[in-house]
Amino acid sequence: MSKRDCLVANDWICGEYVRSRSQELIDATVEHVAITAASVAIGVAVALPLALLARRWRFLAAPILGVTTVLYSIPSLAMFSLLLPFFGLSASLVVTGLVLYSLTILVRNILAGLQAVPEEAREAAKGMGYGPLRLLWEVELPLALPALLAGVRITTVSTVALTTVGAIVDYGGLGTLILDGLDTQFKAQVLTASALCVALAITADLLLLALQRLLTPWTRAHRIRPGRFARKADPAKSVAKVAEPV
Amino acid sequence: MNAISGAYDWLTTSANWQGEKGVWHRLAEHLYFSGVCLAVACLIALPIAMLLGHIGKGGALAVNISNVGRAVPTLAVLILLTLTPLGEHGDLPTLIALVLFAVPPLLTNAYIGMREVDRSVVEAARGMGMSGGQVFARVELPLAYPMVMTGVRSAAVQVVATATLAAMAGEGGLGRIITAGFNLQNTPQVVAGAFLVALLALAVEGVLVLAGWVFDPMRGRSRVSE
Repeated sequence: MSKRDCLVANDWICGEYVRSRSQELIDATVEHVAITAASVAIGVAVALPLALLARRWRFLAAPILGVTTVLYSIPSLAMFSLLLPFFGLSASLVVTGLVLYSLTILVRNILAGLQAVPEEAREAAKGMGYGPLRLLWEVELPLALPALLAGVRITTVSTVALTTVGAIVDYGGLGTLILDGLDTQFKAQVLTASALCVALAITADLLLLALQRLLTPWTRAHRIRPGRFARKADPAKSVAKVAEPV
Repeated sequence: MNAISGAYDWLTTSANWQGEKGVWHRLAEHLYFSGVCLAVACLIALPIAMLLGHIGKGGALAVNISNVGRAVPTLAVLILLTLTPLGEHGDLPTLIALVLFAVPPLLTNAYIGMREVDRSVVEAARGMGMSGGQVFARVELPLAYPMVMTGVRSAAVQVVATATLAAMAGEGGLGRIITAGFNLQNTPQVVAGAFLVALLALAVEGVLVLAGWVFDPMRGRSRVSE
């Protein structure tokens, strides 16, 4: 044999692996994206009413934020396992666990965004005869959008990473390939799937950044001028929450 | 709920607590991994973060390392390290992974804590003739303490969670009770193990909140200058 077979040699990087198992890799990636997207979408749908409740009735704010924070400190393997009696070995188990994790950051960010809506804007809208729903939809939510999208970005990136743990119930997307590669000592499979996972997180982050710029063009307009202040305030702002569940 | 009463039975069966696969031994492994790695991570990250914070450099690194840490799946790192030659050295891959994932929250929080110290207070301290070291030890450190402790708490939660995942890469710790339960298709054992892990994570966080309060250098004094 003139050409060394990287599959037989069990190399870390193996083009032949990617060629021969491309379908498997695509399927796993699709599953990974589907689980992540469903989790973040449901997470936003659950977090928004919770944030509105916490804002409407002050006494609910502490328990809502408290419970979501406690959920955040539960290790992912335990979280998925605790849901096992309710969902069995299913994709909905993984999605539910990921939704519960996403709530911490999403509720916090949406609440902060809503609370930062200037009182004048609210008063002006009321003066123009806006009802509470129209006020929320046309004034408050658009103004809270940057904070919401920042939360969605952080959540999406950590959800992509956390989805791998779903491998414990066989619904981990690329994580299933990674765990499988451990059992078979298949280095190329583990490295390829891990790299795809990181690439997925970075791609999702960049896409959401683009979406953020597209949807909130007004946030960029004044960022260019006061360069010194913007830079000074930036590091603290970009870290909404520095820990992430594993 | 069947599985929940089953889990209760599992937890109250004393045989499940004894021996090499029992709860006590797994808990000891878990605490050993977590404790050693958290200490090592603190020794690495805190001096760097505080030095960077004191001289006001390297902020982009300190902040972005957390974002990078978020994007990298813990499970992938654990399994990758296990498959490298390091995997032949028993616990080493797990210990390395635990330290790697504990460093970002420590670094970021301690750095931000140092930078958020009111500059006018630091200027006043310098004006009173304090040296760089005195400013650091007597002004910046006490004021940055809450953020440093937040970082330690996040890192501890992270380490306990990562140590749980180590079971999926074939290591010990409480996570092993869960993975063994999955292999045996024993749902009560899975739930019981998960309950223990969740309890441990919350207990660790609680103990650190308490420790943070007890060791607060500014306890009983106000951090706000007004």
